[in-house]
Amino acid sequence: MSPQTANTYAHPENDLTPEVNYLNATKGLKSWLLTLDHKRIGVMYLVTILTFFMVGGLLALGIRAELFTPEGDLFTAATYNKMFTLHGAIMVFLVLVPAIPASIGNFVLPLMLGQKDVAFPKLNLASFWIYIFGAAFLVFTLIQGGVDTGWTFYTPYSSDHASGSVVLTLTGAFILGFSSILTGLNFIVTIHKMRAPGQTWRKMPLMLWALYATSVIQVLATPVIAITLFLLIFERILEIGIFDPSMGGDPVLFQHFFWFYSHPVVYVMVLPAFGVISETVSVHSRKHIFGYMAIAGSSVSIAAVGFLIWGHHMFLSGQSELQGAIFSFLTFGVAIPTAIKNFSWIATLWKGSIRWNTVMFYTLGFIWIFLIGGLTGLFLATMATDVHLHDTYFVVAHFHYVMMGGTLFALITAIHHWWPKMTGRMFNETVGKLTFWLAFIGYNLTFFPQFVAGTQGMPRRYHQYVPEFEVWMQASTIGSFIFGAALFIMLGYLIHSLFKGVKAPHNPWGAVSLEWETATPPIEHNFHGLPVCTKGPYDFDEIEEGA
Amino acid sequence: MIPSLLLPLLGLGEAAAGQGKTFWMPPQASTLAPDVDKVFYFIYWVDIAFFVLMMGAVIFFAFKYKQKKEGEKTSSNKGSHSLELVWAVVPLILSVVMFVTGFRVYVESVIPPADSYDVRVVAQKWSWAFEYPSEGIEASELVVPADTNVRLTMSSKDVLHSFFVPDFRVKKDVVPGRYTVVWFNAPEPGEHHIFCTEYCGDGHSVMLNTVKVLPQDEYDAWLASQQAVAEAEGDLTGVALGESLFTKKACVGCHSIDGTKLVGPPMNGLSGRTEELADGTTIVADDDYIRESILAPTTKVVAGYAPSMPPFEGQLSETEINALIDYIKSLD
Repeated sequence: MSPQTANTYAHPENDLTPEVNYLNATKGLKSWLLTLDHKRIGVMYLVTILTFFMVGGLLALGIRAELFTPEGDLFTAATYNKMFTLHGAIMVFLVLVPAIPASIGNFVLPLMLGQKDVAFPKLNLASFWIYIFGAAFLVFTLIQGGVDTGWTFYTPYSSDHASGSVVLTLTGAFILGFSSILTGLNFIVTIHKMRAPGQTWRKMPLMLWALYATSVIQVLATPVIAITLFLLIFERILEIGIFDPSMGGDPVLFQHFFWFYSHPVVYVMVLPAFGVISETVSVHSRKHIFGYMAIAGSSVSIAAVGFLIWGHHMFLSGQSELQGAIFSFLTFGVAIPTAIKNFSWIATLWKGSIRWNTVMFYTLGFIWIFLIGGLTGLFLATMATDVHLHDTYFVVAHFHYVMMGGTLFALITAIHHWWPKMTGRMFNETVGKLTFWLAFIGYNLTFFPQFVAGTQGMPRRYHQYVPEFEVWMQASTIGSFIFGAALFIMLGYLIHSLFKGVKAPHNPWGAVSLEWETATPPIEHNFHGLPVCTKGPYDFDEIEEGA
Repeated sequence: MIPSLLLPLLGLGEAAAGQGKTFWMPPQASTLAPDVDKVFYFIYWVDIAFFVLMMGAVIFFAFKYKQKKEGEKTSSNKGSHSLELVWAVVPLILSVVMFVTGFRVYVESVIPPADSYDVRVVAQKWSWAFEYPSEGIEASELVVPADTNVRLTMSSKDVLHSFFVPDFRVKKDVVPGRYTVVWFNAPEPGEHHIFCTEYCGDGHSVMLNTVKVLPQDEYDAWLASQQAVAEAEGDLTGVALGESLFTKKACVGCHSIDGTKLVGPPMNGLSGRTEELADGTTIVADDDYIRESILAPTTKVVAGYAPSMPPFEGQLSETEINALIDYIKSLD
């Protein structure tokens, strides 16, 4: 590997793998469960999130297995409906929302700022346990036999028609919101008040800009879903008409409230992904990121415009045509900053020194997947085509490409990129790269055919379907099992590396952001001295002088 | 030459064989469908161009600048404002074009022509029913004449549903407690799927139906046979049912049908009239307003009248509400 790059923070002890690091400084289960160390909290989040991802993923494979044939022969309709509801609820509330910020973000944010911890370590631990508490409700729902509202809880179906533990699920989602708000608050304060000396806003890694924009959305949008879910619980228990027209309520009002949160929240899922890719595309091509301010600014503007476009989920809901037209127009406003990011990543590759390693493969895989996700969004922002495509498999494919493909591929990228820092071990590159191809092919085979099924008219949330869609559904099911297999292989080689992996040098990628300036794995308090930031996060040694 | 296998993928060809069916889109069975598909394929080609351009660059750079050894020099480039301006402005212009083209076709799709033939759609878990107010019949499948503008006024008895005919490119949510409208014109006879596209519970995926488009003469024959059945059963539907309810529910005591002012406003000529309300605002008397005024009459009271009408919420079925509205609308 390359000679270690030195920032102004050069502490000889940091170059060695320390005897005592955050993983072994204290021992015992209690030292983990009650830790205030952001790194341990990040690791606990990661393990929990990946566990729920496996549960949600297995439910998805069950759904795909049912859809292999047009007849509803594997599960009953009621069971199938509960499966896609829990798949959606678990994946959105327990996996995608906290996926990158709470796990990777928690781990790297203070390190990138050259700090010993986040601003409020106890709040950080509290938000983890609130997450576990909320998650327990969803797990309990699952054990109780599930719920069949869909993760969107649309009224009046959820008010007085759905079966199962609706209130339990809503309460779980309600509680999870607080975890999200507290993490966001913690990150905002930390970034504002606790940057290393010399680390101006413009010297922050783009990951931090992304986490900052994400946190703002979490703090502003989450209270709205909390109130909405609370009103729905109210309506169900006390039978006060808020959303149910048979009691004088308005079902479309629920959709407005719901999407006012749930649209911005897709940026909670995907902005951190943009942050990760901005880091890895630069570090692994050894070149300064292209258009730093444009990328940082586009994160902030996506967060802002993201609040104004919730109505594009409701073109057909009965909201007025004029409202629809305004929402359609504003929706295109999000396409521009997203396009700028993509162009900037690609331009970063130009005249770089591109490593063909696992991290870079996943980074480029992300660009492929996110590009398809973003470009297909244009059909849905445009009103005439959205009428045809709304609530079909086209939408299913689109949001899996952006939310699941985008966020998940970025999470995988992030896990591989920071794996040495987190665990002190290197994973096997060859196995990593081969697994990438399996995952990439499996992923695209799963979701690309769904675009065709959708344009041909197949509605979503169908337990059985008319035979003309069979070929697309079968391709998708085969793809999903390939993708599932790839993820299990990944789990296998990552766990293997924990025990048998080569010990990682303190900065295996030659990165220059502050988290790589300390030991690997970091000591409990992150840094021996106080790092001073004089260099930008993308000023690599290989970059030629001048111009 | 492009291989013929690729034609449908490119959105070309097959126009004759499958009535405009392409790799991506189902047959074009309504006057709207070709317009929607034009918008679709415009975006499609823009997307293809961007994808090829951008992924092409990624793959080209990945090979050309593949790292040969660690530590090799890289460009000092950190950005270019002129390039950034280009890739902000070009997508912006294309976005505006997409919005405008999509909006124009959307406007065409949501405004039913004035001469439309009316059918009412009532959705419930998990079936569709179709009422023909001017014909006095009710059917369990949607049968319409070819080459005719058809307007569907839809309501739901229970939860949200959504009415979708892929071959027509029309879709609209069916919302309990209010009316939503779609319209279409199917030029050629044929049969097409109707799907429910808003999740509504266990029977969601079997809430299917068929729209049968018949030539005018066959349609007339179908109508006659349905009317004969209705007559034999003696059940009133549509305007006739509404007229009987208007007397039976004692509406007639307070609402004249000849313009005489009684306790309540007269009903003749109400449909489409602009009414001034007690609070000074105005409202156009459409289906939704008439429905609200029957079920919760004191919500929007016409100026000059006392809010004294009793509410009929819970006392009329969806079919009866529809019939009353149709009867009121039939009064000149």
